[in-house]
Amino acid sequence: MQLALFVIVTILTLGGALGVVATRNVVHAALFLLLSLLGAAGVYLLLFAEFLALVQVLIYGGAVIIVVLFAVMLTRSSEYPRITDNRQWPLALITAAALSVILGAAFWLAPDLATEPQAPAFTGLAASLFTKWALPFEIASLVLLVALIGAIIIARVQSSTTADNSPVEPEG
Amino acid sequence: MVPLLYFQLLGAALFGIGLYGVLARRSAVLIVLSIELMLNAVNINLISAASYLNGTGRFEAFDGQIIAIFVITVAAAEVGLAFAIILRMYRNRGTVNVDEINLLKW
Repeated sequence: MQLALFVIVTILTLGGALGVVATRNVVHAALFLLLSLLGAAGVYLLLFAEFLALVQVLIYGGAVIIVVLFAVMLTRSSEYPRITDNRQWPLALITAAALSVILGAAFWLAPDLATEPQAPAFTGLAASLFTKWALPFEIASLVLLVALIGAIIIARVQSSTTADNSPVEPEG
Repeated sequence: MVPLLYFQLLGAALFGIGLYGVLARRSAVLIVLSIELMLNAVNINLISAASYLNGTGRFEAFDGQIIAIFVITVAAAEVGLAFAIILRMYRNRGTVNVDEINLLKW
């Protein structure tokens, strides 16, 4: 039963991932990414990480995909179909396949320490997060704040900041 | 019962697919999407190890899941910044093709 579920979420995850790197259409790539991320959420559920599965669906399935689609919409141009893959894509394929094989072999040869997957008491997550990991948690909130302010400053239209004597830069 | 190795192989395959996307794509948007795939592969690896090695006493019960939460946080920040930079690039240079954005290249 669990093996069947695992096969289903694996097909979802890897199929979506292959779609992301294979399709030419950027919107299709974003939707394939959504499929892959939802498959990953299924993997988390199989591993008894319910909170992570929820976070995955909310943050990736909600926020990140929306941001991606907004970016595609705001940069939509006739050039997207023209941007083909690199000429070096066979090299990239060999590199990626070799890395996957090496990683897989390392996992295969590693000593098997695993016990059964367990579902620990769910409240332990919050307790651990706010005691042992409290400082990294606060730093993570700072990282998010700085990243969002930086994103706003970078993406803002510059014309409102030319009130001083500097000449207006021509765009483009 | 699904062995831990299957989850790890899934993570390795997903990481390889993401790496191929980063190396072979030329559109900046698609490169960012491929980076997301690689981050997800890392998360699958972390969470599977955390879940299966829970009873061995090698680390505390939720450490792996909490590190995965931090990975998701940083990934969200990264996506926001990356698309701000891509928008800026598109406005200034009129393209998202990373081969044509060579202002800092010498």
